Amino acid sequence: MKKLKRKHVEERLFIGLMIASMVIVLSSLALILGAVLVKGLPALNWAMVTQVPKGGYYLGKEGGILNAITGSLALAGGATVLSFIVSLGVVFYLHLFAKNTHVIEVVRLALDVLWGIPSIVFGAFGFTLMLWMGMRASLLGGIITLALLELPVMTRTMDEVMQMVPFELKEAAYALGSTRVETALRVLWRQTLPGLLTAVLLAFGRGIGDAASVLFTAGYTDRLPTSLLRPAASLPLAVFFQLGTPVPEVRQRAYAAALVLTVIILLISIGSRLLTQRFTRHVIR
Amino acid sequence: MTFAALLAPFIAVALWLRARPLFEIIPLGQLLVSSAWRPLQKEFGFLPFIVGSAAVTGLAMVLAVPPCLLCAIYLAEYAPRRLREAVKPLIDLLAGIPSVVYGLWGTLMIVPFIRDILIPWSQSVFPNTPLFQTQNPTGYSILAGGIVLAAMVFPVIISTAEEVIYAVPGGLREAALSLGATRWQTIKGVVLRRALPGILASVILGFSRAFGETMAVMMVVGNMPQIPHSIFDAGYPLSALIANNYGEMMSIPMYDAALLAAAFILLLLVLVFTVVARLFLLQAVKRAA
Repeated sequence: MKKLKRKHVEERLFIGLMIASMVIVLSSLALILGAVLVKGLPALNWAMVTQVPKGGYYLGKEGGILNAITGSLALAGGATVLSFIVSLGVVFYLHLFAKNTHVIEVVRLALDVLWGIPSIVFGAFGFTLMLWMGMRASLLGGIITLALLELPVMTRTMDEVMQMVPFELKEAAYALGSTRVETALRVLWRQTLPGLLTAVLLAFGRGIGDAASVLFTAGYTDRLPTSLLRPAASLPLAVFFQLGTPVPEVRQRAYAAALVLTVIILLISIGSRLLTQRFTRHVIR
Repeated sequence: MTFAALLAPFIAVALWLRARPLFEIIPLGQLLVSSAWRPLQKEFGFLPFIVGSAAVTGLAMVLAVPPCLLCAIYLAEYAPRRLREAVKPLIDLLAGIPSVVYGLWGTLMIVPFIRDILIPWSQSVFPNTPLFQTQNPTGYSILAGGIVLAAMVFPVIISTAEEVIYAVPGGLREAALSLGATRWQTIKGVVLRRALPGILASVILGFSRAFGETMAVMMVVGNMPQIPHSIFDAGYPLSALIANNYGEMMSIPMYDAALLAAAFILLLLVLVFTVVARLFLLQAVKRAA
């Protein structure tokens, strides 16, 4: 009887600990979002998101963070387009043409390893590439580096989506006499579109939030991004640089930039949820 | 496709080529164990930075692993379906938050907490334990880095571990339960044993994520090139070293080679961790099948 009691006590104890850990994890999310909201909301106003920094901005004078917002969108957008093109090729190849399962395994492993490489290393690598090509910190350099960073996220997510396509669907398309490319473009494409878009959103989210890789490669500027060969500002670096100043007004802008960035990430997260729901509703099984 | 497969080795080679001038003067073995960091005298000892990275990451893992595993077990084994489905997107959201936002949170909440509450408290409770004493009253410390990193690796460990535990076949659980084991005994004796390689992999993945993390740590860790002796001392991880000094790296001879050597070392360590973790995961998949 005593033994029975002890095992139930132990179970209760561990359930208690589990619930406590869950509370710790979820409250850390709540604390982070709460801290950004509480500090960011009072700092956010119309001028902040519609103006570029003006004279004396870094001493607390007029101006906003439009340069960082547009810069980030341009960087992450460009990188996403670039890595989408490469990913689509890799994924269609893996699922339609590759026959050797060892090759497929190795490519997946390589992508997973790539996923684990710290963004600062991508930054350093992008920087060395740019030195070789004689480029300076620029929007283009940032886009290329971010595209490399986004590539594993996008390719692996697309790969997972493609794996969910039933094999019979491909067989049916082949049986009707379509070639592999036709199958890819007409059948697989439609079947997986919402999933592919989710992959794009995830990669975009990783790209827009990353600071360490654009630090070397895209630089920072007070201007709007107008040329591929000029430096571009970005939101994460706006947070980072402005937080380091002693002027309270400038630190306010760091909070505002962090809030804008967090809102973008939230929108992406909600968007990909909605797409996943759509994906599971309309797909042929 | 070949491009994707070869990118990681290519990055390693490119960094190594750029770092080679440094390796020619000072052999890699000596760089790793020397703690003299005087770029102007061409002395580049990476030891304080490697210790800094290891200390911050180690603290983060001590703080993160127990709650993460308990949380993963709860989600996979106990939580009702609706709770599971409500919590998982939140964990994904945690994974999506940019590292500068984590860093901002660290400077706003964790650093003041350590400075105003934890340091005075630990000095009155453990006055003779060197690990809890410090000359650095700012709160910018390896502990702050550890706490911020712990929050960053929560989603990595939880989502991988939860999936591995969830994938353990139900028949095994039923067998143990039918012998009169409680659910917790079943989990402890059967499920966890079966899921062990996958759980190890999730921990290693978390470790390597924390090891390479840059911005968030850099914002709270104090960045002093010294070997920390207490959890309240400032440290200087490898990743922060690279990010902080890129601006000056062209002006001092050999400095760029040294920084890219740091990136190379970081890459190698992380590559080893990730490959080991992936091999564990493959084994876990084979075991489950």
